[in-house]
Amino acid sequence: MTDTPLLSIRDLYIEGRAGEAWLPIIKGVDLTLHRGEVLGLIGESGAGKSTLGLAAMGYARDGCRISGGEIIFDGIDLRRASERAKRKLRGQRIAYVAQSAAASFNPAHKLIDQYAEAPLFHDVMTRAQAQSDAVKLYDKMRLPNPAEIGFRYPHQVSGGQLQRAMTAMAMACRPDLIIFDEPTTALDVTTQIEVLAAIRDIVRQFDTSAIYITHDLAVVAQMADRIKILLRGEQVEEADTRTMLAAPREAYTKSLWAVRSFARAQQPAATQAPIVSVQGVTAAYGKTTVLHDISFDIHAGRTVAVVGESGSGKSTTARVITGLLPPAAGEVLLDGKALPPDYRARSRAQLRQCQMIYQMADTALNPKLPLREIIGRPAEMYLGLKGRALRDRVRALLDMIELEPDAYIDRLPGELSGGQKQRIGIARALAADPRLIICDEVTSALDQIVQEGILRLLDKLQGEFRLAYMFITHDLATVRAIADDVVVMQHGAIVEQGTKAQMFAPPHAPYTELLLSSVPEMDPDWLSNLLAARQSPN
Amino acid sequence: MHEVLKMVAQRLALGALTLFVVSIVIFGATELLPGDLASAILGQSATPETLAAMRAQLGLNDPAPVRYWAWLTGALQGDFGVSLATRRPIADMIEQRLGNTLFLALYAAALAVPLALVLGVLAALWRNSIFDRVANAGALSAISFPEFFVAYILVLWLAQSGYFPSMVRISPTSSLADKLYMSFLPALTLTLVVTAHMMRMTRAAIINLMASPYIEMARLKGASPLRIVLRHALPNALAPIINVIALNLAYLITGVVVVEVVFVYPGLGQLMVDSVAKRDIAVVQAIALIFASAYVLLNLTADVLSTLTNPRLMKRG
Repeated sequence: MTDTPLLSIRDLYIEGRAGEAWLPIIKGVDLTLHRGEVLGLIGESGAGKSTLGLAAMGYARDGCRISGGEIIFDGIDLRRASERAKRKLRGQRIAYVAQSAAASFNPAHKLIDQYAEAPLFHDVMTRAQAQSDAVKLYDKMRLPNPAEIGFRYPHQVSGGQLQRAMTAMAMACRPDLIIFDEPTTALDVTTQIEVLAAIRDIVRQFDTSAIYITHDLAVVAQMADRIKILLRGEQVEEADTRTMLAAPREAYTKSLWAVRSFARAQQPAATQAPIVSVQGVTAAYGKTTVLHDISFDIHAGRTVAVVGESGSGKSTTARVITGLLPPAAGEVLLDGKALPPDYRARSRAQLRQCQMIYQMADTALNPKLPLREIIGRPAEMYLGLKGRALRDRVRALLDMIELEPDAYIDRLPGELSGGQKQRIGIARALAADPRLIICDEVTSALDQIVQEGILRLLDKLQGEFRLAYMFITHDLATVRAIADDVVVMQHGAIVEQGTKAQMFAPPHAPYTELLLSSVPEMDPDWLSNLLAARQSPN
Repeated sequence: MHEVLKMVAQRLALGALTLFVVSIVIFGATELLPGDLASAILGQSATPETLAAMRAQLGLNDPAPVRYWAWLTGALQGDFGVSLATRRPIADMIEQRLGNTLFLALYAAALAVPLALVLGVLAALWRNSIFDRVANAGALSAISFPEFFVAYILVLWLAQSGYFPSMVRISPTSSLADKLYMSFLPALTLTLVVTAHMMRMTRAAIINLMASPYIEMARLKGASPLRIVLRHALPNALAPIINVIALNLAYLITGVVVVEVVFVYPGLGQLMVDSVAKRDIAVVQAIALIFASAYVLLNLTADVLSTLTNPRLMKRG
């Protein structure tokens, strides 16, 4: 190991085009990375993490430009290097692992061909060498069936496996530096662990330097030697991992650490009859049965969290309750009376009782309609409000979700931030004056600080209107914060259900145990300890 | 492969159904015309007696469904009946013309498709460059002029100066080289007319994908711009390109009447125009059915090819 750093970025400025003007994205950031070192880069979305990570490859996205500072990689000035010279480095000496492996693999080519691509055109290996090497790395990344999996197309492989295949692909030319851009953000906790462990092993084994970008502190604590925190394109602080976790200096850093502190007050046990009762529901898409004999109750003023990994049937359960997917067997009771299985057969009064909020506020709001119409339409349709009464209702709803009515009532969704859009989703659900709101992963696309705001708002509204929530999530921290009752699902069946206190206290069902133990903790030794514990016979 | 065969069979069945409906429409439309075949044939010399005799001879007194059925079953066996104007079997008249039309369509396609693809790919590669602008402006001008205008301009430049003949005199005995030489100007006219569509679709389909994460990934692997366009964007852009090519090929077969007339090219389009002028309804029906089949077949081929280029549709699970 020498003293000259592998990568050194000095006083970097990057700008992004906004209409005619150029707005700063990165404002004078320094970054130093030594050989064999892993640097964690943390910040909310929009903080400029990815932009900074890509700049380490001398790359700026379309509509962005590097406007100042210097980027030196192993003695090469990436700001002055020609495109050809930079292309020679990319893929060969600096590689990139993207957030969404599913979108970043080319759907038209087999995995192994995409693996072999960079080694081939960089003239590092022959095709045969690259292919046999791919199989070895697939094996190291603990992909099932390493000899065969490369010959599949991306759509034939699961998300967690794709993410590992992408890490293997980044390793193909044995680069000096890999940029990991939120490689596990899109994965379930149980899958995330496997990917994290595989990435950590392979980086250590080849002594590769890495920049690990994430917004999840607990994840970075497992992966990084040093942590750097970004806020709106500026560096907040930087320290080695243990120091940073034990003694953060800046107020912003402390707020990041404290964000998971929200927890709602314990509710008294349910005494009244449930609003909605799901009884013995079995449902299928075509011939594939996706729900097996599901039963649980939802009470007024209480929150039922439905937990499980993707594909476990959480959203399908919501579709059955709302009548979008009529069940093959079983029924859904509203106030003790069976609801028609198909929403088309339900009365308007029945439909009004149960509203939904969606994960992607971006796509769930019509971009062409102003907020007054988005929120006003359900109020008009279900409650028959018109004219002044309707306008007052919309203003009252905007007040409830803590957005200033005068400033927002005529805006379009495109003019709002992600958190504000989700608030509009909440207002739209409230507009129908429902008794049950189904929240489908409503906070998963949001940053932690914004998440907390949404959770607090939902909690406040529940107190005011005695709303019942069915809260679909894969995030156990969210469950801990807001649930009264918990339903754990796997493979379309309920594996365990009970009150929150029961769920988080042992003994657990084996799958619940796996879920609980897979949630990353701030302790930098957590992953190592966990893997050691799982490998030992007891 | 099994899946593909099943899909082809399904599409063929659908295509047959479409053609069946089209045949009813064609037959129905000619039924709606005032007068009937008998009066059309006899013209000025019609008397009530000759008309009645002619109707009986042609079977026109049968109800429409019966006559439709007779026409359809005949057409399926390649017997379209007899031309009213020439008294020759329609199948014989059409056979040679169809060959000529297909020859011209293939000739123009062989020039236009590669040209459009290369121009489209290069325009996408050098987006917003001088090349892109010139290629776009050129293609758009060519498509904006009426076909006959393009044709006459070419005649003015290339025929008047004696490089190529302005009238196409080909016969079944002409050699291939002769045919290619004789029909160069109509083929070039058609090429100019159809290239713009295909080129612009190629360019748009590729550029549409350039913002995809997998294209960024390819850039970050150090792939060259040409490689990114050809290997990473083009395979995913093929479906819309293939469909536009199929539509343009169908146009080359069915829509070239004007060009055929300008160059006196003995193709189906010209025969159709002549037959309309002579009220030779039987011939018009037959040609309309052939044109409809060309559309259906080409679109079916496009569907199958776009499916073949998409591994997500080909290899499930």
